[in-house]
Order: sequence, then structure tokens, then C-alpha cells
Amino acid sequence: MSDAPARLQEIRVEAEAAIAAAGSAADLEQLRIAYLGRKAELTTMLRGIKDLPAEQRGPVGKGGNEVKRALEAQLAERVGALEAAELDERLRSDAVDVTLPGDPPQRPGHLHLITETRREIEDVFLGLGFAVAEGTEVEYDYYNFTALNHPPDHPARMLQDTFYLADEVLLRTHTSPMQIRAMELQEPPIYVIVPGKVYRRDHDATHTPMFHQIEGLAIDADITLADLQGVLLEFVRAIFGAEREIRLRPHYFPFTEPSVEVDVSCFKCGGNGYVADGSHCNLCKGSGWIEILGSGMVDPNVLGFVAGNGYDPAKVQGFAFGMGIERIAMLRHGVPDLRLFFDNDVRFLEQFGS
Amino acid sequence: MRVPYAWLREYCDPGLSAADLAERLDLTGTELERIEAVGVPSADGFVVGRVLAAEQHPNADRLRVCTVDVGAGEPSTIVCGAPNVAAGQTVPVALPGATMPDGTTLGKAKLRGVESAGMILAEDELGLGDEHSGIVVLDDGPAAGTPLAELAAIADEALELEITPNRPDCLAVYGIAREVHAATGAALAPDPTEADAEPSGTDTATDHASVEIADPDICLRFTARVFEDVKVGPSPLWLRQRLIAAGQRPISNVVDITNYVMLLCGQPLHAFDLDAVRGSRIVVRRARDGETMTTLDDVERTFDASMALVCDAEGPSGIAGIMGGQVSEVSAATTRVLMEAATWVGPNVLKTSKALALRSEASTRFEKQLHPEQAIAAQRLAARLMVDLCGARLVPGTIDAYPDPLAPTVVTLGLDRLAGILGVRIDDVEVERILASLGFSSARDGDALAVTVPHWRDADVRREADLVEEIARMHGLDKLPTTLPARERAVGRLTHGQRLRRRLEDALRDRGMDEIVAWSFTAPATLAKLRLGDAPTLALANPLSEDHSVLRPLLLPGLLDAARHNAAHGAAGLALFESAHVYAPAGPLEAPAGSPAGATPAAERHHLAGLLTESAPATWRSPAGAADYFAAKGYAEALLAVAGLELAVEPLRDRPYLHPGRAAVALALAPGGAEPVEVGWIGELHPLVAGEWDLDGAAAFELDADRLAELTEGALATFDDVTGFPAVRQDIAVVTTADLPAARIAEVVRDAGGELLANVAVFDVYEGEQVGEGNRSLALALEFRAPDRTLTEDEVGERRVAIEGALAQIGGRLRG
Repeated sequence: MSDAPARLQEIRVEAEAAIAAAGSAADLEQLRIAYLGRKAELTTMLRGIKDLPAEQRGPVGKGGNEVKRALEAQLAERVGALEAAELDERLRSDAVDVTLPGDPPQRPGHLHLITETRREIEDVFLGLGFAVAEGTEVEYDYYNFTALNHPPDHPARMLQDTFYLADEVLLRTHTSPMQIRAMELQEPPIYVIVPGKVYRRDHDATHTPMFHQIEGLAIDADITLADLQGVLLEFVRAIFGAEREIRLRPHYFPFTEPSVEVDVSCFKCGGNGYVADGSHCNLCKGSGWIEILGSGMVDPNVLGFVAGNGYDPAKVQGFAFGMGIERIAMLRHGVPDLRLFFDNDVRFLEQFGS
Repeated sequence: MRVPYAWLREYCDPGLSAADLAERLDLTGTELERIEAVGVPSADGFVVGRVLAAEQHPNADRLRVCTVDVGAGEPSTIVCGAPNVAAGQTVPVALPGATMPDGTTLGKAKLRGVESAGMILAEDELGLGDEHSGIVVLDDGPAAGTPLAELAAIADEALELEITPNRPDCLAVYGIAREVHAATGAALAPDPTEADAEPSGTDTATDHASVEIADPDICLRFTARVFEDVKVGPSPLWLRQRLIAAGQRPISNVVDITNYVMLLCGQPLHAFDLDAVRGSRIVVRRARDGETMTTLDDVERTFDASMALVCDAEGPSGIAGIMGGQVSEVSAATTRVLMEAATWVGPNVLKTSKALALRSEASTRFEKQLHPEQAIAAQRLAARLMVDLCGARLVPGTIDAYPDPLAPTVVTLGLDRLAGILGVRIDDVEVERILASLGFSSARDGDALAVTVPHWRDADVRREADLVEEIARMHGLDKLPTTLPARERAVGRLTHGQRLRRRLEDALRDRGMDEIVAWSFTAPATLAKLRLGDAPTLALANPLSEDHSVLRPLLLPGLLDAARHNAAHGAAGLALFESAHVYAPAGPLEAPAGSPAGATPAAERHHLAGLLTESAPATWRSPAGAADYFAAKGYAEALLAVAGLELAVEPLRDRPYLHPGRAAVALALAPGGAEPVEVGWIGELHPLVAGEWDLDGAAAFELDADRLAELTEGALATFDDVTGFPAVRQDIAVVTTADLPAARIAEVVRDAGGELLANVAVFDVYEGEQVGEGNRSLALALEFRAPDRTLTEDEVGERRVAIEGALAQIGGRLRG
């Protein structure tokens, strides 16, 4: 122990080499005990400083602590590195098959196509300044027929096969009863649409006993048939495209006079009646026009039933119209069969209304 | 109305193809259903032939070898299999090259060794009905070789037109001719009912029969004419062809004449065998309750006292305006005919026809109200045909019971009003021209026209608005301008309820539900499967089927049906909802006299219901989440939150279709602390009910959307300062007996926490050894807050002590 400083350097070189070569945490622990433990040479040397000659105490104490600190730092670094490597090793053995499916996203729900279409039509008329009114489906004969200018035993009643609950109580055959109810509730002017379920006693390939209509009613001092044409043109262009035209054809409805049926120019063939390959357009059957709704100027007899609420037929006039929501939806979306609306098959439902 | 085009052209020929004419009529209000071919495809090769000889075929018992003059020099040899062919007959012949109704071209053919140069035709081979038992024998007269088309329209088209119920005048070929005239300007032939037959004899009709209208409320006019020396037999080819082309079956000349006149001018007639009219007397009266008669279709009908009958001295002889009786039916032996042309009261005919479920060509016209003038007009036309075709003698005079003759209707048309309704002014001259073209006469009266309505439009045109329609449709709706209403007020917006319903539907959609639309009808058996057999429902008096016979009192059955349908098609994990009305009785189904003044006959509510068969889909690493009570409750909580309401629940043990331990009444708590209001239910389906729909299990909810709207109508959020001072959050665990509802514990905590306790939420539930048998530990997150200061530890500690004390009173303690 004649040259303690030199010995310190030897210990340091030897230990550093050993630590660098150690391959596991356990080996490092062994080395820590061997070089820095209570019985280690370095520890012994530092403990024995007081026995050294005075001139050696400084260099050995300082140098020894320096070596100790260096070895401790090297050990800590190596332990950290080895632990990180071991963690990575463990993580790698914990790998998943990244090609398996992810968790399913929140399933997308859907509004029914009837609801989606009804809302779109409602929104067009809301924009045109119409309010939305809804009525009951179980209805009095009075509102469904009598006040709509269908007197008892009038042939017009034969136009609609009606479900009855009692003599004077029925399921409404159209949304039109709400015309009368709305006029009973509100003095003119009135601008209102009425969406809802209606019922007719008919069930075959092209009729279902329940379907949906939207009624429209506008009564004011000076509403004209030309105004009806303008409002319906706005509607048709909003729903079927800005290029569409409409055509009014005379018809008969008991509660309008004059009565007209309204056609929209065919949006498949552009109203030409034939498609690009020269064949007949199967949507409009070659006519260039598709019938979409019935309408007309409200019959004075109808206004007469609510004359007491300001609807004097000599002073106010207006128009009414009614359309089938399913028909509009079928035309727009290419749905071939009315019955699909009521099968409630999710394979149908999921195609619309997201 | 089926209109043979050749027949129509006889009265008004627009010079258009049938298809082009139909398009034109479509724009004036007469809609085409379809155009059908009538007869043979082309009249070429169809001629009149005269059978010169008919010899037995040498090689076939049933064939005859005929020598037929077809007007082409040498007679033709034609083999014919008809039993009725004979020398001397005038017959229709198809020559080689003619196209037959089935589209084949006739060629020369050898029949059992004899070459046949054409074919003698049966009715079906002329495209006239299905008669094939013998050849058609024509009246002598037309020369051999005359094109058959000169005798009858053997190659034609028929327009099937949709006639609206206001236009009985268009249920007639001449009525359509009037429309064609007005729409196209083509010349209109004179009305075929104008000319009358020449009567003969010195007797008068009243010598042979009498007529009495006992009840003028059912009959406006009854005219009768008498014919003698009537020879009943088949009608000539042209008449049979027209009837068949119009969709009627020829019967005998007398009956065919009544049908022909009806089809041509719209007025039904009835021919009686006068010798079968007992007492030679006609009485028009109402039936006696229970009175019976056998109609021409061989059905015994029973009448009630509202129905109108045509009777003879001994009893009913016909149902007024609907169908005659067998008792006085014209037969081959008939020689004396009483021809009836009457005007019945339309609503009565309609009502009777509905009650008897018996509609006829006559009733479909009478029910729309004909005019009494038409009756006498029809008599004139029928008389000419009776004389011409049946060799009859028209007995002078008409029996005419017409108690209250109608004056022509005159309607005032304001020209300003016309412009004000249409939105465009039509030239006055044009207005008068249009009216004249439709048979209206008009006289100028200042700014108005006094318009006289022709009798055939009398039922339909009664008011100014009706004239406006006539002018608009003939002027052309395509000439209307396009404008928007000039409005003083315009507010288009949804109501609160409508807006809320959209948001609720959207919320369910956004949470993954698919909306269905199910029938409003259901079956009593379906309600029985829901164990709701005795629930009050509204039943239809005339359902289409038992399956659709009552109105549904709840939406659940439609969702179950849809779930079963989709499960059967392999769809897993269904989440369906519906937004629709439900129905319940609201007292007796009686209508007030007059307007119900806004009353509604039934209790109808708008419901929103959902059904799920799982709460989360299965993946490769986790099974599907069960569709349990809590999954359904989550939807209900979300819906109420959308409405701005808080959901509270109470156990529901006795709803027959729900699991008695896993169902709850849904209550809504409005902000502001009003009493909770019942808004629906939430629950797992009773396993027996789920099983009825082949489902392993399902959870559902049904809420009253109208109630949610009522509870939140007018609600306006006001500012609450929740950001100014920090909240203090603490978690506590409360041990109680397991049967104490979490809501009760939360309520006790909330009450004890006082105003400073802003929020209480359950975030964990523990049952097990650590809390002891029969106990449960609920973990609650508490949030304390004051709007005006930061809370001190002491303040919060004080509230905790109060909470602990309150919990002790219900047997609870804080844990850990």
C-alpha cells in the first residue's frame, strides 16, 4: 500500500472495464458489491485514510471519492440501460396482431326516408313563410268530408275508401281536415302546411292503407292561381332541382275550384321524354312530365264553413294543395315499391336519413 | 269511360291521332288512362261476301266448302267449319293477306285437300268479343266486295278516359265530343238526341200504361213511351261493334238500344216488357222495409225504406236508377215495350247502391245527378232506333211525370273577379267564345256576364267559381303567369313541440338508432301477446283484416314486429325507434251536430319509443353488451336532457309486458323543482313477451313527446354563474342496506348538502364481503360550489358532517 493513488487508478480501470462488460442487472449488483460494498478495497481504503500519513490523506481521500462517484454513476447508467433494454424485450414479447379489426365506431343511426323527406319539404315551405300545423288522425266526418264540400251521399266520397270507427268518426283520408281546423283557429291571412299520416281502405302493390301527405293552405285577400303556380314552382325546384318546370292540368277535387293537377318536368330525361340512348324515358313514360300533386283555389263552399272566423268567400281567397310524401321520396330516390317504406327492413332504412 | 275513337269522330273529328287527342284532352281536364286497340289491326282484306253455295266437304264431316262472291269477278272457294253457314247469306270475309286479331296473316291454305281462299268470320275473328260458335251473318244489302270497314269500325282504338265525378255529361260519347269541340275547335255534329221518331196509330201512350210518382223526393221526372210490334232479335253489326268497342256485351236489339243511347248521350234507359208490367201501371215509391225483388243479375235483393223502387200494380219491378227486375225483363217473346227514361235523385241512388253493394252503368251516372231534360232527349233517340232496328210502332204521346220543371241555371260571372282569381285578365271576347264553345250562352251585364248553363252541365256549374274553372281550363293553364303571393305578414317557423320532436328524433338517430314507420293499426291478438288484452282501444268498424283492426295504444308492438322481421333476416344488434301517434278512446265516438268546434274524437298523443336488442356490438375481443334496463335508461336520460329535463324513475312492477324487476316509470323533473311528471316507461321486456317475438331479450322505452313539449313550452334559460369561483369536489362511499334505492340516497345527500352542494352523481356500486351481507356501498361524487365566494374547508366539512348525519338516519354510514 505504498502508492495508494496509483492503486485507486488501477481499481478504477479494472472496475470500469468490468461494469462495461456486465450483461445483466444481477452482474452489475455483484460488481457493485465487489467494488463499492462494505468489504470492497475502495471502501476499505477510504475507511483507512485516517491511518495514512498526513501528506497522503488528501490525495487518497479526494481521489477515492472521485473514483467512487464515477463508478456509482457508471453503475446507475448501466442499470438504467439494461432495465430499458429488458423492458423493451418484455414489450416486444407482448406484441398484438395489429391487423385485427379496431373497435367499431359509434353506429350511425338513420331517420326514416319519410321523415327525412317530410322535413325537407317542411323546410322549403318554412322558408316561403308557411307555418306547420298538425292534426289528429282519428277525425270527425265533418272535418274530413262535410266541411271540405263533400256532402253526405256525394259521389266525391266514392273517390276515397274510408276506414270508419263509428258513423261520424273515421281515420282521415287526407291531411285536408286540418285546413278547416287551422282556419277555425286562426283568422286570415293564413299560410300553413300540414304533414301527417292519412288512411285509405286499400292495400295492393301501389296502395298502402296508411301513407303520408303534406297539405298546404294559403288564404289572403288576393291570392291567385298564378300565385299557386309560383309557390309550387319554388317548391318543385327546391326538391327536384333548379332546372325543373311545372305544368298545371285541370282536374276535379271537391274542395277546390278551379282544381288542377301539377306535373313536374321529368328530371331523368329533362322533360324530353327520351333518354340519351334515344329510348323512351321510363320515369315519365315518355311524356316528359310526372304528376306530383293536386291543388286548386279553395272552393267558396269550404270557406263558407269558416266564414264566421273571417273567411268570407267574397273577401278572401286562396289556394290549397296536397301531395304524397312517399311519392315524392320514391321519385327522388328511385324507390321502386311503396311497400318498402313500411317493411322497416334495416337494409332499406340504413340507405337514407343519416 | 271507354270511348271508341271512330264513334267519337262521327260527332267531332279533330283530325288527330287518338294519342294526340288524349294529350290535348289531358290539358283541359279529361285524363287518359290508356288507349286500347279495338277489333282487327287493319281493315285491309276484310270485305262483305255473299255465300252462293255451301257444299259438304268431301273429306270432313264438319266442314263445308263454300262458294263465296267477294266482289272480285270469280267467286272464291272458302272452307268453313261453322254449323250455321248457308247459301244466300251475306257474311264477313277475310281474304288472304288480311291480318287477324292475333296478329297472324291469313294465307291460302289447304283444308283436308281443298284449298281455301280466305275465311268466313265469327265474331271473335273480327276482334268482336269471344263468340266463336258460328259465323256472323250480316243484313242483306251491302254488295259483295264492300270493305267491311264501311259497315263497322272493325279496326279502331278506344280511349279509356278518367271522368271525374263532377262530369256525368262526359260519361257519354257525345259529351266527350263536346269537350273535343271546345278543346280543339273541330266542328261538332248536331246532338243525336234532337231528332225524334215518327209515331203512328191513333192510340196514345196513356191508353197502354200509366205512371205515378208517389214520392217526388226520389224522382224528379219519369218519362215513358210505348212501342208495339217490336221484333226482338240480334242487333246489326255496327251496333254490336260499337257496344263491344265500348266495353258492353250485346244482348238483343231492344236492350242494346238502351245501352247504346246511354253510352252516346249519358242517360240510362230501361225497357220493360209491357205485358209483364202488372196492371200496366208504374208507381215510383220508396220500398217497404224488408221488401224483396230479384234483379236482372238473378240475385234476390232486400230493400229498406230509404230505397226508391219502380213498381207495377203488384210489386217491385226495378230498383230506381240501378237495375231492373227479372219480372218485367224483355225477352225474345216480347212484342210490347215500355221505355223508361227517368231522372233520379243522385244522393239517393248513391246511398242505395252503396247499401246494396250494387253498382251499374246506370247508377254510376244517376248518382252524379242527371238533368230532367236528358230523359226526354234520350227518349227521342231511343224511339228512332226502336223504329229502325226493331220494326216497332211508336205509339203517339209520351207519358211524362215531371212535377217541378227546372228552369235553366243562370250564373253571374264578374270579369274583375275572374281576373282576380286567375291572376291574369283574359280578353272578354275570348271569355265569351270559350263559354259558347262549351254550350253556355252569355249576355253582357256591365262588368259581368249573365251565363246560362246548358242542362247537361247543370249539376256541376252552379257558381261563379265553377265558371272560372271552365274558362281557365279552356283558355289554357299554360298561359298563367307565375307569381308569389304579395304578403303583408309572413312568419314561417316550427312550433316549440315540432322543433323539440325533431331534436329528440335526431338525438336517437345520432346515438345509433334507426327510425321505423310501422302501421298505426294492430291486432287484438298482438295486444294479447303484450298481455294487454283488456286495454281500452279504438277499433275500426271496417278493417281490412283482423291484423289491422284496432288502433295501437302504444308504439312498442310496431318496434317488436320490426325487430322480429330484421332478426329473421339475420340482422343482429338492433336499435330501432319510432316517432308517431298512439290512440286511446276519449269517451263515446259521437259527433256533435255541425262543427265540432275544434274538438277531437279520440285521445291521440305523439310518442317516441325505442327498442334495442343489445347495448354494444360484439367484437373479436368482447361479447355484445346486453340490452338491459340501464342501456334503455341511458337513451331516456339523453332524450330528457335534450328537452332540458332531468329523468327520475320509480320502480314499475306491474306493467304486463315488462320485466317486473327491471322496469321503471319515467318521470321528468323540470328545472325549478316542480313535482316530477310521468312521461313514460323504461324497461327490459318480460321474457315471455320477448319470446312471443322470437327475441332473446330486449330493452325498450316509450315517452310521450307531447308531454315533454308541454313541460318545456316557453322555457328560457337564464344565466347561472358557475365559472366565477372554483368548485370543491369530493368523493364519498355510503354503505346502506342493498334495498335502499340509489335515488333515495342521492336525495338524502342532496337535501343535507343544501344549496352549496351543486351536484351529486353515483359513480360506483360495490356489494361484497367488505360491506357485509345484505349491504351495498355506493360511491358518490359531490361537487360543492357557491356563486359568490370560494368555499372554505370548514364550510365543506360542515356540509359533510350534515350529510353523514342525514345518512345515519336512513341507516347509512360513510365508508373508509
